[in-house]
Amino acid sequence: MYDGKYIIPGLIIFVALMTFPIWKNMGNAGPVPKPEKPKGVTKCVESAQFMRTSHMKVLDDWRDEALREGDRAPIKVDGVKYDKSLMLGCMKCHTEKKKFCDECHVYTSVKPYCWDCHFLTKETF
Amino acid sequence: MKHAILAVIALILIPWLGSLVGLDYLFGVVFPYLAFAIFLGGFIYKVINWAKSPVPFRIPTTSGQEKSLDWIKQDKYDCPATTGQVVVMMLLEIFAFRSLFKNTRASIHDGPKLVHESSKWLWLFGLAFHYCFLLIVLRHLRLFLNPVPGFIGTLEFFDGLFQVGVPVLYQTDLIFVGAVTFLFLRRVVIPQVRYISFAADYFPLFLIFAIAVTGILMRYFIRVDIVNIKQLTVGLATFSPTIAGDIGSIFYIHIFLVSILLAYFPFSKLMHLGGIFLSPTRNLANTSRMVRHVNPWNPDIKPHTYADYEDEFRQFMADADIPLEIEPEPEPEPEPAAEEAPAETPAEKE
Repeated sequence: MYDGKYIIPGLIIFVALMTFPIWKNMGNAGPVPKPEKPKGVTKCVESAQFMRTSHMKVLDDWRDEALREGDRAPIKVDGVKYDKSLMLGCMKCHTEKKKFCDECHVYTSVKPYCWDCHFLTKETF
Repeated sequence: MKHAILAVIALILIPWLGSLVGLDYLFGVVFPYLAFAIFLGGFIYKVINWAKSPVPFRIPTTSGQEKSLDWIKQDKYDCPATTGQVVVMMLLEIFAFRSLFKNTRASIHDGPKLVHESSKWLWLFGLAFHYCFLLIVLRHLRLFLNPVPGFIGTLEFFDGLFQVGVPVLYQTDLIFVGAVTFLFLRRVVIPQVRYISFAADYFPLFLIFAIAVTGILMRYFIRVDIVNIKQLTVGLATFSPTIAGDIGSIFYIHIFLVSILLAYFPFSKLMHLGGIFLSPTRNLANTSRMVRHVNPWNPDIKPHTYADYEDEFRQFMADADIPLEIEPEPEPEPEPAAEEAPAETPAEKE
């Protein structure tokens, strides 16, 4: 082998970079998020599986309807009325951002821009 | 080209069917590990194999004035004369694709006149493609690290700066697909490039395109449960993979295509990732006229001057009437013959 003094360190750097997640985590996958479920309520506007994958779409649609089209009529699902609102609708049951929203968002490094406008009294002060 | 398309279609169908019949563990855990092992092992094997090839002489491809007399300006980064200049040239090549920047296009105009003009499209889209790919790979680290380091959040913020839609649209996704499309169309539209394009050129493009499209589908259209996915991917990085719930076929297609890309990588043109560093036409200073480069495995041949040669063969040369610088001493002759020295080879006459 020629030029091993350059190539071997180069390969070591390459392998170190490629395996970065392995030695960064050090075998510790960390806690799995457990968003706090609301007490006394078992139903939401959609199924749990749908909400797990697509709640952001629901919120986005609601935002557009409420703010851009002025349609703030409550959503009726199975006879239950839900306010078309993050703070007054969703957070009526899922009361705490930290224990519900942030659990998964922090885990997956998702930073939704809800809180650019929405104001969290309990947490901001 | 059609073989490459068919191969990629098959590679999409396999994990799709596999996930439908419940082979989640195979496609989510076994293949990714296998592919990553092949990737690392193959990469090292390739580089070591290249490192075993001797490069005794300086063979850089240069495109500028070589270092010469003091009053001739050297083109330092096109014809480097020192290792430092080579390093700068390599950095410019690796980070800015400088050799593509020099591309020209020849065309014939009325006259007839041959015109060479600058052509930067390949440079532009090649650069966009590679940087977007890098950013996308770095962004994916959020799925392999827990907790997620801050720089990934910063990266995601700037990538989704325009806050289009929810989840926010990443600019790199758009540019990446655009650039891959360009790189493909270039091969199809330009006849000369099409002529030299084979399955090995189309396949990586289609594969990468399919990876990008499945990723985009998964993020923006067929949304998947990212928490379950991260549980699996962090599990992969910590050697404790668990598939917690139903993730969706699109994820298995995506991760299988990535596995194929990783396993294919070291044995294909994609290996230019390592190859660029080991290219003797790129990583050598052009010192051919300054330093004598001796081939190290030349046989050890001692210098043999003409004087030595004559010493070795004097008698034979004299016998063949070849003129000599030093005439042979006529030792075997008796005394009287020695006096006839001016006459050549008296022994022969007698």
